[in-house]
Amino acid sequence: MDSLITHSPALIVALPLVAAFAIPLISRAGYRVSNTFNLVIFSLIAFLVAILAVDVHSVGIRVYTFGATAAELALPGGYTVPVRIMFEVDGMSIFMGIIITTVTLAALIYSLHFLKGRTGQARFYSLMMLLYAGMMGLAFTGDMFNLFVFLEIASIAGAGLAAYRTNMADAVEGGFKYIVISAISALLVLFAIGILYAQYNVLSIAALAHYMQYTTLDMMALGLLGGAFVMKLAGVPLHMWAPDTYTVAPAGTTPMILAASYTSMYALYRMTFTLYGVHIDTTAIGWIVIIVGVLSMFIGVMMAVHQTDIKRMMAYHAISQGGYMLLGVGVGLAVLADPVALANYGRDAINGGIFHIINHVFYKALLFMTAEAIFFRIGTRDTNKMGGLARNMKWTAIFYIIGALAISGIPPLNGFASKLLIYETVLKFNPVLSVIAMFVSLVTLASFAKVFYSAFTGPEMPAYKEVREVPKSMIIGMSILAACVIFFGIFPGLVVDTIVAPATNALINQASYINAVMGAVP
Amino acid sequence: MLSKIVRTVANQLILFILIFGLYIIAHGHLTPGGGFQGGAVIVSGVVMLLVAFSSKELKKSLRERFLSIMESTGALILIGLALAGIGTVFAYNFLVGTSIFGRIPPTGPNPGDIWTGGVIPLMNLAVGIKVIAGLSAVVLAMALFVNGEEVEE
Amino acid sequence: MEHIPLNFPFLAAALLAGVAFYIIIFKRNLIKLIMGVALLASAVNLFLVALGYRAGGNAPIYTDVPEGPMVLPVPQALTLTSIVINVAVLALMLTMVVHIYRHTGDIDSEKSRRLKG
Repeated sequence: MDSLITHSPALIVALPLVAAFAIPLISRAGYRVSNTFNLVIFSLIAFLVAILAVDVHSVGIRVYTFGATAAELALPGGYTVPVRIMFEVDGMSIFMGIIITTVTLAALIYSLHFLKGRTGQARFYSLMMLLYAGMMGLAFTGDMFNLFVFLEIASIAGAGLAAYRTNMADAVEGGFKYIVISAISALLVLFAIGILYAQYNVLSIAALAHYMQYTTLDMMALGLLGGAFVMKLAGVPLHMWAPDTYTVAPAGTTPMILAASYTSMYALYRMTFTLYGVHIDTTAIGWIVIIVGVLSMFIGVMMAVHQTDIKRMMAYHAISQGGYMLLGVGVGLAVLADPVALANYGRDAINGGIFHIINHVFYKALLFMTAEAIFFRIGTRDTNKMGGLARNMKWTAIFYIIGALAISGIPPLNGFASKLLIYETVLKFNPVLSVIAMFVSLVTLASFAKVFYSAFTGPEMPAYKEVREVPKSMIIGMSILAACVIFFGIFPGLVVDTIVAPATNALINQASYINAVMGAVP
Repeated sequence: MLSKIVRTVANQLILFILIFGLYIIAHGHLTPGGGFQGGAVIVSGVVMLLVAFSSKELKKSLRERFLSIMESTGALILIGLALAGIGTVFAYNFLVGTSIFGRIPPTGPNPGDIWTGGVIPLMNLAVGIKVIAGLSAVVLAMALFVNGEEVEE
Repeated sequence: MEHIPLNFPFLAAALLAGVAFYIIIFKRNLIKLIMGVALLASAVNLFLVALGYRAGGNAPIYTDVPEGPMVLPVPQALTLTSIVINVAVLALMLTMVVHIYRHTGDIDSEKSRRLKG
């Protein structure tokens, strides 16, 4: 068991790759065999993530070096610079790992029934496994070039999934926008990696953080990295691709593409907190992050109010909730240099921002799945044409209510807990920002209530008389997420202490990240 | 479909291109080249066949099922070789100390010793197989698609 | 050879990147957009390979190497990986443009838009 935990970072990325390439061979044996294979392999991967999470929270940062005689041997005998490829799993990485694994499990169960009657089923699951491997690699990586490679793997797989329904014109357009934006942002990341390598001759993040002197070229690299990751996480003003791509992705893959955007946000935090850390002027960079967050919140929700397409409205809300996360962590970043303010409200602000990531992914995934369930049964996404669906689709209506209450921050669901943390801490930093955040929350509730009335209540339309409930596998997928939403709402303190606080400590504490790799090198 | 002269010459030239590509794949650990580069050279030969004969003719020879199996096999061989390195953990690793893992050859040209590269030439072969299958499928699918047909599942 | 300044490859990479950004932002034809992305990829690849050059250096091959410094091999490995990834991305983009043309009959980005608002 010990050796399984030691090798689990490598196995968590290697097993989805094995599954992705074995599925086209196995699916020749039939549809039931391939579904069983998918579920068995994914349960094994989820088990590995769970034991790695327990280990990282109890022991500390876990370093895995590829190709060494022992897994923790970051500096082989006689070397003072880490030259091997390594994975470094700390609290924040395993936090993202937990989110990604839960969402993929729900999406996998949800898609089991969805693909009947479509061609290319084997390729669909291959792409899902590749997207999962890319996201987990991005979360666990300990050096810069692996960041680029896994970012590209996740982008290509995500674009292939978004454009899966090639018989619809807008699906291909959404996928095309995603791949163009992802390609440009990944090339900018590679440019920055080139600049950093030219100066310091190392590629590992911990070693770069150790040797960093903040020259003008490093400022340029930070600007390129920040711009590239803001492009990938759909922050305003580079958010134009997000409504199109989130709308057209099929079945459970929209939550996975959402998780890919938030893994890019994790990469942004890794760059600012860990790679640059103490050298940058955290007040200025923090304020830039706060301004991007506030713009995203406001513009996202204003554009969402007058949409008639249900998934496009939810996509704009995803942009606006991403602004909440940037606001919380930006406030923490702005006071990072001031120990009094950090202990007072800075740490809680980062707690709130990070807690909001996991809450948001769960309730937004639930909402997207209910919208896809409606589209699966009645074939349209236009709210003007829907009406009276609550009679026939009871489970879908209940899940929609849970998701809508969670996103608006109503107690006792999980949105309330993280939003309250953000409101209170941002109030101590700057009251105007807190007022804007509360206003945005009100408008969110209004737009979701409007769609609920038009889609679910009201007189029954004659065209939808024979609409039945969605198949069982889709309901099971949605109920996993709904259970998490309710559980996180009732016990927020437990969740913050177990999962979120180690992530915040990992971000703030740059020295422990460096020491795990460099040991006692002066 | 182009004229008879072009088709005959293409039939003769594909052999030389295939040998050149396999040479680049096999010597990847000694000279510039390797898996991807050799695979791309062979796919350029396939593109030459695609231009000389039309895509409808080539679809009869290069079936999609064969390409899919070849691609998956190449990828699984590569991951199997990669995971053989941590085999010590779960089972006794009988490969340590043999010519593939763990033996450091002396510096300089070693004439006659084909295992100087360790496991890298085997990985080059696996990547070469995968790239040939994958890029041929991409090129064939795009050519068929532009002509108005689809690749059947 | 002495008249060319030593940072000439970096100027060329910057010029290529500038032209690529101009094409991506201002041109409306989708095929030209793809060519702009390919140009940006070429600029970044040139920048990476030019980083490793050491004046008077030899190729980084160990067998029968003449005396003197060697150029850095790591940026060459990074460039190879980048070229492979860009091949896949360009293939995907081109296939999607053919799909868009089939559905909407136009490859102008203004006229072939279906998702607005």
